[in-house]
Amino acid sequence: MGEQIFNQLLVPIFYIACIALPLIIAVAMFVYWERKVIGWMHVRMGPNKIGPLGLLQAFADVFKLLFKEVVLPTKANRFLYYLAPLLALIPALAAWAVIPFSEKMVLANVNAGLLYLLAMTSLGVYGIILAGWASNSRYALLGAMRSAAQVISYELAMGLCLVCVLVLAGSLNLTDIVHAQTGSKGVFDWFWLPLLPVFVIYFISGVAETNRAPFDVAEGESEIVAGFHVEYSGSAFAIFFLAEYANMILISFLAPILFLGGWMSPLQGVIHADVSPWVNWIWTGGFIWLFIKAFIFAFLFLWFRASFPRYRYDQIMRLGWKIFIPIAIAWVLVAGCMKYFGWVSIGTGG
Amino acid sequence: MIDPQLFQLICFYAFGAVTVGAALGVISLRNTVHAVLSLVLTFFSTACIWLLAEAEFLAIALIVVYVGAVMVLFLFVVMMLDIEQEKVREGFIRYLPVGIIVALVMLGEMLALIGVRAMHTHTMGVNPAAAQGVSNTEWLGHALYTQFLLPFEIAALILTVGVVAAVVLTLRQRGGVRHQTASQQVSINPRDRVRLIKMTTEYPASVQPAPVSPEETKP
Repeated sequence: MGEQIFNQLLVPIFYIACIALPLIIAVAMFVYWERKVIGWMHVRMGPNKIGPLGLLQAFADVFKLLFKEVVLPTKANRFLYYLAPLLALIPALAAWAVIPFSEKMVLANVNAGLLYLLAMTSLGVYGIILAGWASNSRYALLGAMRSAAQVISYELAMGLCLVCVLVLAGSLNLTDIVHAQTGSKGVFDWFWLPLLPVFVIYFISGVAETNRAPFDVAEGESEIVAGFHVEYSGSAFAIFFLAEYANMILISFLAPILFLGGWMSPLQGVIHADVSPWVNWIWTGGFIWLFIKAFIFAFLFLWFRASFPRYRYDQIMRLGWKIFIPIAIAWVLVAGCMKYFGWVSIGTGG
Repeated sequence: MIDPQLFQLICFYAFGAVTVGAALGVISLRNTVHAVLSLVLTFFSTACIWLLAEAEFLAIALIVVYVGAVMVLFLFVVMMLDIEQEKVREGFIRYLPVGIIVALVMLGEMLALIGVRAMHTHTMGVNPAAAQGVSNTEWLGHALYTQFLLPFEIAALILTVGVVAAVVLTLRQRGGVRHQTASQQVSINPRDRVRLIKMTTEYPASVQPAPVSPEETKP
């Protein structure tokens, strides 16, 4: 009995900790990297005082937030006010369960993984809406309204992009989707090429879905102060922060998994050599490639923020409904034709 | 040692209890937003029960469609309504008998349906997805797009008609609305809007500066 409890309870909990704890550290370092990168793009230094190169700045911020008081606004709904940050964080962490980091490194190899991801990312909006409503503040409510409309609109486009991927891969399982992108032509076997418009739409929708600049009307500092979390302070605010950045990193991992071959190497099928297990991953693929690709996408989030001015609300709606959704619907048909007439070769793994 | 089947049974009853409790909350909670949230919880725990029954596609589709989209809009509308909580609940006792009768009729119908299905169990055979050795989602996709293609397409058509009808119902022509055309806005030439004019600097009479000779300003 002891062994069974160990295998069925403690081992999964250990694996979950193996994903969640580095994720939280990654969020802290990502915030540091964001401030540094935006600093450089503004020709400033960025944080450089705490620790070597300012590396401990993120931890200083975290501890500052944790020790601050959580203020409950007058006439706020106490229960929902405290529930909202958790509702934002739980889906953001739960979605990581199905991410395949490499051939064997996946916590839950679920058959309906793609659907599960769609379900989890669509749940995050509850935290935002409830935070906006429970705060009993006009700015927060405005932010929640904007966010709800935006997230629902872009979820449609995102869902249609996922449909294109699953039509080509013929599976909802994320590991199988990566396997479908194997081949002998290196990067040209990945789905970004046959699904190029969808790939772009997916990532932009991901930026909109995470309420990041230039789609950050839900926060809009210059318009509605800080939007849905304007009344939150201390650790409650820190949880919103954590959820937002965990979602950004999640999108940065999903874009390569769905369109850029996940853990596959760009040299796949080009180099056939067996040198040593320490360097073979460069051409056979490994989790390091996925992390490199995810880092590039995570950097794009910051680059967008430093480059683009905020979209107006009606422009966001127009882009989502009148441009992205029609293109994505059309590309579902194109992807169906590609699959039916065999214009794309689908790898089978290995 | 916990038997897996016993564990499943315990899970079923736990999820079932949460579902029933949340459903009771929907009709009994005073705060309408709380009621909507317990409806969300009802959907969620129903999805969990479906997962137990190995209907993972239906379960996740329930979460994506109802919890992720429909209930968000619902919550949205309820939050925007400025309703007096007490008034909404005023007729609760008055309509309770009617509600109970409807609930009893529905219970009877469901029990009859379950009874009929239970009688057919031996003719319905085993789970077709498990028999073919494919996942539930894959089997459902095959069935929907081959065997049940016509009903599936008809359902899709009806839903599309519903969407068009909803749009038409709310579409009305209002006078005096100034629309923006994005393509026009983008293709504007700044020279049509702004004219730069060269002129000498003018000063108010009170702060007349000393005239500067042109030689001094030359570098």
